[in-house]
This record gives sequence, structure tokens and C-alpha cells, in this order.
Amino acid sequence: MNGQFFADLAPALPEMLLAGGALLMVLVGAIGGDRSSGLINVLAAILLLAAGAALVTASPETKVLFNGAFTWDAYARFLKVLVIGGALIALIMSFDYLRHEKLQRFEYAILVVLSTTGMLIMISASDLIALYLGFELQSLALYVIAAIHRDNLRSTEAGLKYFVLGALSSGMLLYGCSLIYGYAGTISFAGIAQSVQAGNAPTGLIFGLVFLFAGLAFKVSAVPFHMWTPDVYEGAPTPVTAFFAAAPKVAAMSVFVRVAIDAFPNILDQWRQIIVFISIASMMLGAFAAIGQSNIKRLLAYSSIGNVGYILVGLSAGTSNGVQSVLIYLTVYVIMTLGCFAVVLCMRTKDGRLVENVDDLAGLARTQPLMGFVMAMMMFSLAGIPPLAGFFAKFYVFLAAIEAQLYWLAVIGVVTSVVGAFYYLRIVKIIYFDEATIEFQRMPFELKAIIALTGAFVLFYFIFPAPMVAVAGAAANSLF
Amino acid sequence: MYQAIVFLPLIGAIIGGFVSLIGANSVRRAELAEAGGHGHGHHGHDHVHLVEQPQDPTMGHDAHADAHDDHGHGDHDDHDSHGPMQPVAPGARAVELITTGFMVVAAVLSWVAFFQHGLGEHEAERVQILRWMTSGALEVDWALRIDTLTVVMLVVVNTVSTLVHLYSIGYMHEDPQRPRFFTYLSLFTFAMLMLVTSDNLVQMFFGWEGVGLASYLLIGFWYTKPSAVAAAIKAFVVNRVGDFGFALGIFGVFVLFGTVSFDTIFADAPGKADATMAFLGWPQASAMTVLCLLLFMGAMGKSAQFLLHTWLPDAMEGPTPVSALIHAATMVTAGVFMVARLSPLFELSHTALEVVIFFGATTAFFAATVGLVQNDIKRVIAYSTCSQLGYMFVALGTGAYSAGIFHLFTHAFFKALLFLGAGSVIHAMHHEQDMRKMGGIRRLIPATYWMMLIGTVALTGLGIPMTIIGTAGFFSKDAIIESAFVSHASMSTYAFILLVIAAGFTSFYSWRLVFMTFHGTPRASFETMKHVHESPMVMLVPLFVLAAGALLAGLLFHDAFIGEHYAEFWKGVLAGGAEPEILEHMHHAPAWVKSSPFVMMALGFVVSYWFYIKDPQLPVQLARRHDVLYRFLLNKWYFDELYDFLLVRPAKRLGHFLWKTGDGKIIDGLGPDGVSARVIDVTRGVVRLQTGYVYHYAFAMLIGVAALFTWFMLGGVH
Repeated sequence: MNGQFFADLAPALPEMLLAGGALLMVLVGAIGGDRSSGLINVLAAILLLAAGAALVTASPETKVLFNGAFTWDAYARFLKVLVIGGALIALIMSFDYLRHEKLQRFEYAILVVLSTTGMLIMISASDLIALYLGFELQSLALYVIAAIHRDNLRSTEAGLKYFVLGALSSGMLLYGCSLIYGYAGTISFAGIAQSVQAGNAPTGLIFGLVFLFAGLAFKVSAVPFHMWTPDVYEGAPTPVTAFFAAAPKVAAMSVFVRVAIDAFPNILDQWRQIIVFISIASMMLGAFAAIGQSNIKRLLAYSSIGNVGYILVGLSAGTSNGVQSVLIYLTVYVIMTLGCFAVVLCMRTKDGRLVENVDDLAGLARTQPLMGFVMAMMMFSLAGIPPLAGFFAKFYVFLAAIEAQLYWLAVIGVVTSVVGAFYYLRIVKIIYFDEATIEFQRMPFELKAIIALTGAFVLFYFIFPAPMVAVAGAAANSLF
Repeated sequence: MYQAIVFLPLIGAIIGGFVSLIGANSVRRAELAEAGGHGHGHHGHDHVHLVEQPQDPTMGHDAHADAHDDHGHGDHDDHDSHGPMQPVAPGARAVELITTGFMVVAAVLSWVAFFQHGLGEHEAERVQILRWMTSGALEVDWALRIDTLTVVMLVVVNTVSTLVHLYSIGYMHEDPQRPRFFTYLSLFTFAMLMLVTSDNLVQMFFGWEGVGLASYLLIGFWYTKPSAVAAAIKAFVVNRVGDFGFALGIFGVFVLFGTVSFDTIFADAPGKADATMAFLGWPQASAMTVLCLLLFMGAMGKSAQFLLHTWLPDAMEGPTPVSALIHAATMVTAGVFMVARLSPLFELSHTALEVVIFFGATTAFFAATVGLVQNDIKRVIAYSTCSQLGYMFVALGTGAYSAGIFHLFTHAFFKALLFLGAGSVIHAMHHEQDMRKMGGIRRLIPATYWMMLIGTVALTGLGIPMTIIGTAGFFSKDAIIESAFVSHASMSTYAFILLVIAAGFTSFYSWRLVFMTFHGTPRASFETMKHVHESPMVMLVPLFVLAAGALLAGLLFHDAFIGEHYAEFWKGVLAGGAEPEILEHMHHAPAWVKSSPFVMMALGFVVSYWFYIKDPQLPVQLARRHDVLYRFLLNKWYFDELYDFLLVRPAKRLGHFLWKTGDGKIIDGLGPDGVSARVIDVTRGVVRLQTGYVYHYAFAMLIGVAALFTWFMLGGVH
């Protein structure tokens, strides 16, 4: 135990901070009970902020810790900032909701922090054990918070479904890991990359890869492992859904990318087939199924499935540009999603009921101009209309696919985004042209701020796109 | 000075436009405020409002307004009446004074220019205003070309326009939208001036389209009247046909000469006389013929020549002063002006000149025959205009360009006089335009009667043959008939015969108009006759001025235009040299040729007198006996029906087909509607997959994994 030891551990500081902080909060909660939930919420937010600050100030120099189980690089930093940012905003968004719904349990914030810790570990994981560890840590916490509204039938149903199917996917993932270990003889990504050579990959290893990807695809809710998503998004309390949409998806996608690029660079052609398949399936299902939805949370669930499809287009390119496009897309997507859910959380009628039907947004442009405008911008952006941020996200992804000569994939992506534009634009139409039926309460301050900030980002991203593109590029390059 | 002549009307139009806009805005705001204030009671209030409003914005004096409502106007709704029911736009008086004042200044200045350039010693000059466009070899300027031809047109346009502005103050004094009317009038005048002063073909095209626009706006001035709107669209569309040719002609000129500037074109033209160009699969067409025919096509559209004439009679839907200014004196003569301006080109293509003669003579004859049987006072004059334009083209085609322009010049006076006189009659008769419902009003409106009489004798060309005593038409029309006789063109005999016959017809229908309107027993209702009244001075003064022109213009200027002082007057502006051969021949035409128009005119007068004064039953019987012929003429040779059948209906059918079948069934059906229907189907299927059962979800996951395995085992890349 000397200074050098701690200095070597510095890259894992955010994880340690969060884990230690979580334990401390459990202590506070155990003593104070649910009355201390306000304090714990604030503590959790401060903790996430501190972890974020530690990340931002850390040097992006690549470091490997814990005998190769943990990698710190620019890629990890970029995604960890994104995850912590998403988690923090989702947590802040929940305050008002929890107060209204009498859900002030101190466990909530602690579980969010623990889940975030798991995600950070996933992002840095560079062997299969660390990957599984982080994966399970975040999943277990998520199962619980999906069902946090335990007196609500739909919330418990959502939690249960998520748990059962999540267990299945974890099983697949674990099975895949063991197959890979069996054929490669090592669990470290670098080692796997060395032992698996192009052209002579054994079928067993490919099977392991399929299982591993199936488990990861479940987490990012890619078709056909997406079935849980609409039910859980709809059933879980809205801020929980927002958290689901923002943080775990980023973490799972980052593992996806790291495994594919770091561990299997030599069998790109093989894993690309899997990715292309689930990408096309996700884009199409996301576009078509969302048209039939009347519940806004369900609609956003299908929207997220479709967006995962677009992100996977970037990954299937398998190039540095592809990874860069994935990172940009993830960032834009997280911001758009948080903005949308902030609006959904503001759909509270005068008598305090939270409504979540698409038609309840009717005439929002007149009753709540800011909210209506930002929601419309979010929808335009999700539909990929220039010059909003969503357009650039899609643009980079398709560009990467075209550079990798995946022309058909890009064409299908563009076609599905045209189909998808229908349901996004329908919401804009409802907001601007339909007669208002419901009047909403005033927006709480923190939600208003989030709506304004996310709206500003989506609207003005095109003025200063360069910084983010540069950071994402550096992060992507650190993988290669 | 020239800038002032051209741009004063534009300034007037801009000021008028602003006042109209502001006025319309304030009226609308007042209406909105009223609608808001009255709430549900508004409808009832509106009704009362309508009754209180005079029925016709252009109707007679206020003193008679109450009487008008009693006998109503339901039986002639399609006539010169019924503007939109609106409160008077503010600023009307100011706009009237400003635009008319500017026009007076412009008219005085153009007479000064006329005396300097035409009768005086001033050489042609070019006033550069701005460079318009430079694109590769194409260089187009905004410039004023001032020469004799221009100043003649300046005088015609500005004089008539000024008088029409003045006249309109009286004629339109009850119209609520006077600012808009005067704005359009001034806008028209500006565009016409741009046309006649143009220094190049592109600027001419600008003016050409500008007058077309103003004509469209003014024909449709009473835009709540469906027939006026239809007439406006018809005028616009038919003119597009001509403009298409004109535009092609301009492009061709640029191809051949590499420039659109008149100076260069005229200088280079003789060298290009034998040039050829490929046109419509005709590889060795004479370039000059092709260009001249294309340009003439534009002239035919604007000047309502045979085949493209159908819009002009319908244009009478516009207010009468508009008919006088645009559809008689100025705009319709733009085609004549254009051919005269481009006479150095036309001179090089005998084929083109033959075509011009043919169309001119045919139009002169055709329109005169139709004019014989029309009953609407304005339509008779409209066909007369059409016919006279044909005369002008014959003169141009024979190479007697100056005779054509001279007729243009004199025609402007007497035709504007006739139209304004007709307006005065219509005004007096409470917007009655059907001559069958007039008669016997010469003592009630003596001033108008005498003015109409002067216009008629000027049009028919009263004068003593082989002397220099006569009205304006006597000099110019007879000169054209002589030119047709002495010309060597193969069409000249055809033209001569038709023109002489047309002269007789002209005399007949002109006197018929006078007799039916002013003589005989009154056929109008007693109520109407009781209120027949002379027009105010502001309308009569323009008539007096024009009457003076109609009587004296020929006498004063024939020497300069077509006589001894030809060379000094024209200063080489027109093709044919300083002493055109044809003018010389015209002077030596046989006596029977020189007196033939006079004989025809006398004959027309006698027949007309006999038909409509001595034995008014005779024409009715004649019409009954020759029913087919009568209907043929009454229906204007069935041109409207023919075009309707050949062009309008097929176009409509094609449009309907493209709309219903092409767009609706094929594009929408297979495109938006079909695709969206399939999308909905797919959506329905996909949504059904989401059952809510966990075991279905797990099954889907396992199927997915199994599918991937199968793929890798059977077909995937290893």
C-alpha cells in the first residue's frame, strides 16, 4: 500500500467512488428509512457529479489495470461521461415524479448508483469475467428499479418480465463466454484476438460469438431480442424508463463495440453478418411497429429499437469511422431521449394524473408552447430532418456504412427512416394542428431546464458540431 | 426628359400601389373590427349594408342612386357593372390626382420630344440607364432608344393614356377600388413606354410582358365577376401562344447575331440575308424567314390577328376606359410597332412579308364581317379594332411601314374616341351595352352623339378623294389600300380586294352602331330613358381632345408620315431607304383605286341608312332568310367553339386524365396511398407479434439465436 498503488488505481476512481458512496447511502437509508430519501437523492446526484468530474479531469491516456481486466482509454472516458450524464439527468428527472407518486423510497437512488457502477465496469471491461461482472451488477439493480412501484401491477409485471428474460439472456451470454474461452483458451480480449485468426475460426467459437452477441443484443434491445422493451418501457415508472433508455443502452452498446473490435478484429466478416441481420431487423421493426402505437412510452420504446438498428449500422462498418459514428449517434440519441421523456413527464393534468397517450399531446403548441416546440423538434430530429442533431447522427452512421461498402444496409436504413418519419411527424401534427383537449400543469423547474437544454442541443448542434466529432473521433481511434 | 417620360408613370403606379395596399389593409381591419364587435349580429347587419350600397360601383350620379335599385339590373348582369361590394378605399382622390398629374407631364414632354425628333432636327439618340445583365456573350442594357418611331409611339401612348386617366376620374367615380384601377393604368403606361423605348429585344420583351400583365389585371379588374376573370385568363393564355413565338424569335436572333441590341442587329442584318438555320427538322431554312415568322407570331398574339384574335372581343369585360386605352389605342398596336421597329429584318424576308399581308388582310376582312352583326356596342368597336389592326399589318407587309404606323397613329385617336364615347353612352344608359335596347338618345346626350359621329366619320375615312380634305382615317386607311394595290407581293391582290370590301363593311357597321344607338325610336324602358343623362365634363373633355385629333391628325401629319417630308421625318428609322419605292407608286395609283374606299364607304352608309332608318324590319328578315350565314357571323365564325373543341376540351380532358388517373390512381395509388396502406398492414402484423406473454418473448429470442446458428452452419462466411 503506497502512493504508487493508489496512483495506479486512479483510472478506476469513479467506480470506486460510486461503489463506496452507494454503501454509505445504504447505511444512511438503513438508519433514516424512507424519510431520508430526499437526502439520499441529493447525495446520489452529488456522487454522480463527483464521479463525472473525476472522469472529465482524468487524462485520456490508455492504462490497463487489474491484470488486464480493466482498460482505461479515451473510448471508455467518452462513454462513461455519457452514461453518468444520462444517469444523472434521469435521476434529476425522477425527483418530481417520485414526490407526486408517493414513491419516495431511499433504495431508488442507491440502485441507480449501483447500476451505474455496473455500467462503468462494463465500459472498461477488457476480459469476459469483468464484462459479466459489470453486466450482472447493472442488470440486477435494473430489475429491481423496474419494479420499484411495487403496488402497481404493470410496474411489477415489467420488472418480472425483465428479470426472467434478462436471466435468459445472461445465461446465453455466459454460455457464449464459456464457448469462447473453450476455443480461444483465454478470457482477455487481447488474447482472444491473438488466438482467433481469420479464415480458420472454429464453428464452436462462432457459436460462442452468437450467444455472446445475443446476450448483448438483449441489453441494447435489438430485434429479435427486443420483445421485453415495449412492455418494460410502458410498465416501468416513467423516470425509470428514461433511465433505461439513456444509460444501460449506452453501456451495453459500448461493450458490444469493444468486444467486436478488440476481441474479434480478425473475424470481422463473420460478426458483421450478425450485426447486419439484427440491425436491419431492428430498423424495420422499429419503423413499422411504432406506427401502430398510441402510448407515447411504447412508441418511444419502438423508436429506441429502431435507433439501435441505426447504431448497429455504424458498428457493422467495423472501422474507426464507424465507431466514431456510433459514439456520436449514442450521444445525440441519449440527449433526444432524455428530452422526450422530460416532456412525457410533464404530461401531468391539472388533477395530478400523468397521462401518456400520444393524443394527449394535442394542441400542445398552444397550451405549452415551449414544451410543444421542443417535442416537435425532438420528433423532427428523431426523424432525421436537417439541420437538427438527429440528422447528423444518421448521416455519420450511413456515411460509415457507405465507406465500408455496405450500400444495401445504408439504403435500407434510409428507407426505414422514411417510414419511421411517419410516426414522428404524426406527433408534430398532433401537437400543432389538433385541438387541445387537456391542459397540463406547469412544468417543474428541473424538467423545464432539461427540456430547454436538450432542445437547444438538438436545435443548435449544427452550429458547432466539430468539438464533439473530434472527441468522438479520438475516442474511436483509441480502440484501434 | 426621356427618363421623366418613361418613369413618371412608374412612380405614379408605385405611389398608387402603396395607397391601394394601405387602403385595402385598413378596410380589412375595419371589417374585422366590425365583425368582432357585432358578433352574431353581423350577418343581419351585412345584409342591410348591401341594400344601402349602390348596386353598381360605376353607375351614374348619386342623385339617381335610389331610383336604380327599383328597376334593378338582374337582366344584364354580364355587362359592364357589378364590382365588389366594398367601402371606398381611402386615398382614392389623391391617387387619381397624382397618377393623372404625372401622366399630363409625361404627355406634354412626349409632344415636346415629338416636335424635336419628328418634326425637328434632333437625331436619334440612346439614353443608357443601367446595365441589366451580362452573361457570357449576352449583354443587355436598360436603355431608351429615342427616334422618330419611338416619339410617335410616345405621343400616342401618353396622350391617350392621359385622356383615359382623366376620363376614368369621371367614369369610375363610384368604384370603391379606384386606387387600384389608377395604379394599374399607370403601370400599364409604364410598361408600354418601356416597350416602345426599348433599345434591345429583351427590354422590349419586358415591356411586352408588362403590358400583358397590366392587360390581364385590368380585364379582370372586377374580379368578382366570373366572365371578367375568364376573359382575363383567356387574354393571358392566348397571348402566351404569341409570346412563345416571340421568345423563340429573340433566342434565334441571339443565335444568329450574337446580340439582342437593335443597333448591332440592324447593322449586321443585310450581311445575314442569305444565312440559314435548322428549324423543326428543316435543315436549310432561311434564317431571316424563320426569325421574322417567329417574331410575327408574337405580334399576332398581342395585336389579335386572325387565329389568335379570340381574346380581344372578350377583353371588353374590362372597364370601358381600359378598352379604349389598352385594347384599342395602344397595347394591341404593339405588334404593329414591333414589326415596324424590326422592319430592317422583315425587309430581308419576302416570305415573311407575304405572310404578314395574308394575315393582315384576312383579319381585316374577317373581323369586319363579324362586326356587321354584333349587338353589344363595345364588341362592335372591338371587332372594328381587330379589323383595323389587320389594315396596319397589310401596310407593313407591303413595305409601306410608314403607312402602317400612320394608321396606328390616327387610329389611336378615333378608336379611343369611339370607345370613350361608347363608355359615355353606357354610362348614360345605366350600364346597358346591348344596342337593341338603345335608340333615339341623340337629343338626350348631344355632346356624346356628336363626338361619336366624328369618331365614325374618321374611322370610315370620310374625305374627298384625291384632295387633302378629309378625316384622319381618310388619309391613313386609303394609303393602306393603295399600298396593297401597288405592291408587287403575290398576296397583294388578295389583300386589296379584301381591304376594299372590309372598308364597305366598316362603314356599314359603324353607321349601324350610330343609327341603332342614337336614332330611331327608343327601345329602352321608360324608366331608363327618363334617367338618360349627359356625362360630366371630366369625361367629355377627353372626347373633345380626341375628336380634334380624329379630325385633324391626318390632315396635319400625312405629309410627314407618308408624304413629301418622309425622309426628314423618319430619318431612316424604317426600312426601305429615304424614298421608298412603294410610297412613290402609291401616289401614282389609278384614280379608281384611290376612290374605291370612298365608294365603298358611301355604299356602306347608304345600306346602313336603309336598313336601320328607312326600313328597320329589313335586316331582321334578311337575317331570318340567311339564317346560317347570320349565325356564322353572329358566332364569330365559330372560332371560340372550334378552339374549345380542338384545344380547350382536349387539354381539359388531358388534365383530368392526368389528375384522376395519372396522379390519383397511378402515382397516389401505387405511391403514397399504396405504400402507406402496405405500411399499415405490416404494422398491424408486427404489433400482433407483441403478445405480452413472456414465453413468446423467450421463444422469439431462441428462434433468433437458432436462425443465426443455421445461417452460419449453412450459408454464412466462415
